[in-house]
Amino acid sequence: MTAETRALMGACAVAAFAATGALAQDTTITIATVNNGDMIRMQGLTDEFTAEHPDIAVEWVTLEENVLRQRVTTDISTSGGQFDVMTIGTYEVPIWGAQGWLQPLDDMPDDWDADDLLPAIRGGLTVDGTLYAAPFYGESSMVMYRTDLMEAAGLEMPDAPTWDFIKEAAAAMTDTDNEVYGICLRGKAGWGENMAFLTAMSNSFGARWFDEDWAPQFDTEAWANTVNFYLDLMNNYGPPGAANNGFNENLALFQQGKCGMWIDATVAASFVTNPADSTVADSVGFALAPDNGLGKRGNWLWAWSLAVPAGTDAEEAAKTFVAWATSKGYTELVAETEGWANVPPGTRQSLYDNPAYQEAAPFAAMTLESINAADPTNPTVDPVPYTGVQFVAIPEFQGLGTQVGQEFSAALAGQQSAEEALESAQALAEEEMEAAGYR
Amino acid sequence: MATQHSKSAARVMISPAVIFLLGWMIVPLVMTIYFSFLDYRPLRGVKECCVGFQNYERFVTSSSFTESVITTLIMVGGILLITVIGGILLALLLDQPFWGQGIVRILVIAPFFVMPTVSALVWKNMFMNPVNGLFAYLFKFLGLEPFDFLTQAPLFSIILIVSWQWLPFATLILLTATQSLDSEQLEAAEMDGAPVLSRFFYIILPHLARAITVVILIQTIFLLSIFAEIFVTTNGAFGTRTLTYLVYQRVLESQNIGLGSAGGIIAVILANIIAIFLMRIVGKNLDR
Amino acid sequence: MARAVTTRRKTITTIVAWAIGILIFFPILWTILTSFKTEAEAIADPPSFLFFNWTLENYTLVQERSNYFRFLMNSVILSVGSTLLGIIIAVPAAWAMAFVPGRRTKDVLLWMLSTKMLPAVGVLFPIVLIARTLNIYDSYILLIMVLMLINLPIIVWMLYTYFREIPGEILEAARMDGAGMREEILHVLTPMALPGIASTVLLNIILAWNEAFWTLNLTTVKAAPLTAFIASYSSPEGLFYAKLSAASTMAIAPILILGWFSQKQLVRGLTFGAVK
Repeated sequence: MTAETRALMGACAVAAFAATGALAQDTTITIATVNNGDMIRMQGLTDEFTAEHPDIAVEWVTLEENVLRQRVTTDISTSGGQFDVMTIGTYEVPIWGAQGWLQPLDDMPDDWDADDLLPAIRGGLTVDGTLYAAPFYGESSMVMYRTDLMEAAGLEMPDAPTWDFIKEAAAAMTDTDNEVYGICLRGKAGWGENMAFLTAMSNSFGARWFDEDWAPQFDTEAWANTVNFYLDLMNNYGPPGAANNGFNENLALFQQGKCGMWIDATVAASFVTNPADSTVADSVGFALAPDNGLGKRGNWLWAWSLAVPAGTDAEEAAKTFVAWATSKGYTELVAETEGWANVPPGTRQSLYDNPAYQEAAPFAAMTLESINAADPTNPTVDPVPYTGVQFVAIPEFQGLGTQVGQEFSAALAGQQSAEEALESAQALAEEEMEAAGYR
Repeated sequence: MATQHSKSAARVMISPAVIFLLGWMIVPLVMTIYFSFLDYRPLRGVKECCVGFQNYERFVTSSSFTESVITTLIMVGGILLITVIGGILLALLLDQPFWGQGIVRILVIAPFFVMPTVSALVWKNMFMNPVNGLFAYLFKFLGLEPFDFLTQAPLFSIILIVSWQWLPFATLILLTATQSLDSEQLEAAEMDGAPVLSRFFYIILPHLARAITVVILIQTIFLLSIFAEIFVTTNGAFGTRTLTYLVYQRVLESQNIGLGSAGGIIAVILANIIAIFLMRIVGKNLDR
Repeated sequence: MARAVTTRRKTITTIVAWAIGILIFFPILWTILTSFKTEAEAIADPPSFLFFNWTLENYTLVQERSNYFRFLMNSVILSVGSTLLGIIIAVPAAWAMAFVPGRRTKDVLLWMLSTKMLPAVGVLFPIVLIARTLNIYDSYILLIMVLMLINLPIIVWMLYTYFREIPGEILEAARMDGAGMREEILHVLTPMALPGIASTVLLNIILAWNEAFWTLNLTTVKAAPLTAFIASYSSPEGLFYAKLSAASTMAIAPILILGWFSQKQLVRGLTFGAVK
C-alpha cells in the first residue's frame, strides 16, 4: 500500500466518520465554563467525549470568572435557558439548590462512585442530603514559601505553622532593597478576593461573620485582632501596592522571586513549581495554612463544579457530560494525554491514593490535608447559622462581601484605620441584614 | 406652501428614529420603573408588589450614594477636561503639514479601537503596577521611589486610562472640524500680525465651538456609564465607585433587582439634569 | 527664504507629532510585543523591549482553542449591521432636523440623548426578559437591534452636526434651479455629506465593535462576537498576559486595518470652498 492510498483511505475514513457523526448528533448541549487551565483542558478533550457519545454535540462558552458568574446568575434567575451545563462554585450550589434551580445528581451511573468524592467537597455541594453539582476540581489554601530564603533566614517551616511563626519568618525574609517581600497576600477588594482570604483567616482567630441570630460580628475583638494582624503583616513585610493584588498579581510576584511566602489557593502550587513560567520552581515548599491554636486553620475550601440547571431541554445529555467530565475515567484520560501533574485535583480520594499522582505532584499530600482540614458546614470556632468557609452561603453575601472588602482594602491602602474599616463593615452588614429581613 | 410641505416631510423623516427610540426607551424604562417598586430578589425567590418608595429611599440614604455621585462628577469632569484640551491641541497639531501624517493620525486614533477591558488590564498590570509596571521601572531608572498609582491616586489613574481611550474620539471630531477652517481668514490674521494666542481664541476656538459641544455631550453620555475600567482596576474600592458602578453592585452582585432598578431610575434623572445643565451652557453653540 | 522656514517648521512639526503619536500608541505597541513573548517573559524583570525570543506560540494556542473566525464574523455582522441600520434610520431624521428645524428640534435631540443615559445594567433584567419572551436570545437580530438602538442617538447627533455645516445657500440655489426634495438630497446634499456620513459610520462600527456589556450578556454561542472571545482570555487563574495580548491583537487588528484605510476619508471633513 503506497503512502498516497493510505492517506486517501484515511481521509475517506475521517470523512465517513464525520458524516455519520453529523447525522447522529441529535442533541446539542451548551456548556458555560470558566477560562481556568483545567477547564480549557476539558474543552480540548471534547472530541474524546463526542467520540464516545456521537449523538451529543457540544458547544462551549468559555468566559472569565466574573463575567461567567454574572452571565449564569442572570440566566438562572430569569430562567433564560441558555445553558445545559453550568460551571459554578461552592458558593452558588447551596443557594441555587435550595431554590430548586438545579437538577439533583442522585441518579449518576454506578461507576461514577459518589462515595469516592472527598467528604468536605461533597458536603459543600449537598443540600438536605441531595447532591446538586459534580465537583470538577477542588482547592483549599495553604502556605507556599521559598525554601532557599527560609534557609537563609535560619528558620524552618513547620508543617502546621502558627500565625506568630509566619510573622517572624516574614520579618526575617523581607529584604526591601532587593525587592524581596516576606509575605504576599490578597488585598484587592472583592468577596472572592481579599474577603476570601480574610474570612478564612478570621476563622483561625476565632471570629465569625454572624452569630446564631444573624447579628454581624465585626465589632468583636476577634475581628479586630484579625484585621490588625493582617495590616501589620502587610504594611511591614508586604509588597507595595498590595491593596490591588489578587491571585494573579501575587502569582506573578511569587514567580519572579519577590515573595518569601504566599498564602493562597492550592492550585497555585502547580503554577509556581512549573519551570517554564516560574523562576523559583525548584525552591518552593508547602505548609498548612496558619492557625492560632483555637482549633481552626485559616484555609478555605472551594470546588468548581458542573451543575445542570432545572430548565434544560437536554437533561439526559447534560448529565451524561457531567458524569464523563467528573469521572475517574476523565482523570485517567488527562493523565494519559497531559501527564499526571495536570489532572484536575482535589475532588476524589482515589486520585490521592494513586502513587503515580503522588510522584508527579509533590504538593498532593499538602493539598489533600488542607482540603480535609476545612469544614464548610462547621467553619468557625463558635457556632454559626451559615455554611461556607471563606464565604457565607446566602444570596446577599456577594454584594455585602465586596463592600466590606472595599473597606478593608482601603485600610490596607492606608486611607483609613482598622477601627474605621471595622466600624463601616459592621454598619454595612447591619444595614444589609436588616433590609434582607434576617433581623 | 413649500415650508408647510417640507415641515410635514421633515416630520415623516424624523418619525422612524423617534418611534424606535421611543420603543427602546419606554418598554425597558416602564419595566424598570415597575421593578423599582417591587421587592424583587430572584436569588431569594422574592418578587413582591409593592413596596412604595422604599427602594428609592434605601438607595438614596445609603452612605455610598452621595459619595458615588461626587466620584462620578469628578471622574467625568476630569476626563472631559483632559480629552477636550488634549483633543484641540492634537487636532491643531495633526492639521499642520508634516511627514507621515497618515501614519501618525492612525497611531493617535488607535487607542479608541481597544476594548475597555483590555486597555484597563494592560494599564493596570503592564504600566501602573508598582513592582512590575513599566512606570515603576521608569521611576527606578530615574532614581525615584515607584509610585503606587492605583492605591495612592486611584481616581486620577482611572481618569488617565479612560482619557487615553477617549482622546482619539475628541481628536477625530475636532480634526474634522479643523479641516473646514477657513485658511484664508487665518492667513489674513497672520499677515495682520495677530499673535498666535489671539488667533486661537478669536478664530479657531469659535470655529470649533460646535464640534467641542458635540464632543462634550457625546462623551458625557459614554463616560457616565464607565464600568470595565473601574471593575478591572479597583473593583470600586478607594473612592472610585461611580453611580453606575453602585447600580451594578446592587443589580448583579447583590441581585437585588428592585433596589438596583430604583438606582437606575435615579441615575437617569441625575443624568438628565446634567444634560439639561450642559445644554444651557454649551447648547447655544448648536443654534448658530 | 519662505520655503526654508516652512521646511524647518515642517521638520519640527514632524518630530513633535511623531513623538506624541508614538507615546499615545505605545500601550498598544507594548501589547503587540507582549503577544510574541512567552508568559514568563511577559512578566520578566526587567522587561525586555525587543530582545526576547520571539514566539508565535500564543497565536497558535489561541487559534487552537477558539474559533477566531466565527467570533470575527459575528463582530463584523453585528457592528456593520447595526451601523447600517442606524444610518438608514438616522440620515432622514438628522437631515430634517438640520434643514427644517422646528421649535422642538433641540428638545427632540436632547431627548434622544437622554435615552442613552439609563445605566445598561439597570435595564439588563427587562431586556433579558423581553429577549426570552420573544425567543430571540443569542440571535443576530436581537444584538443588531440593541446595538443600533444604543448608538442611534449618537449617529443622529453626529450627522446632525455635519449636516448643519452644509451652508443653506447651496440648497436655496438648488431650489431656485427647480430641484425637488429628492434631487436635493440625492445630488446636492449626499455628495457633500458623504465624508460626514463616512466618519459617522466608522466611529459607530468601532463603538459597536467594542461594546462589551450587551454583547456579553445577550449572546451565548451563535451571535457571540470578539468581546466574548476576549473574555475567554482575560484573568484566568495563572499567567495570561501574553495570551491575552495575542487575543487582543487579533481583536484589534481588523478594526485597526479598517481605520488605516479609511483615515483619509475620516478626517477629510467638510470643505465648502466652492460656495464662499
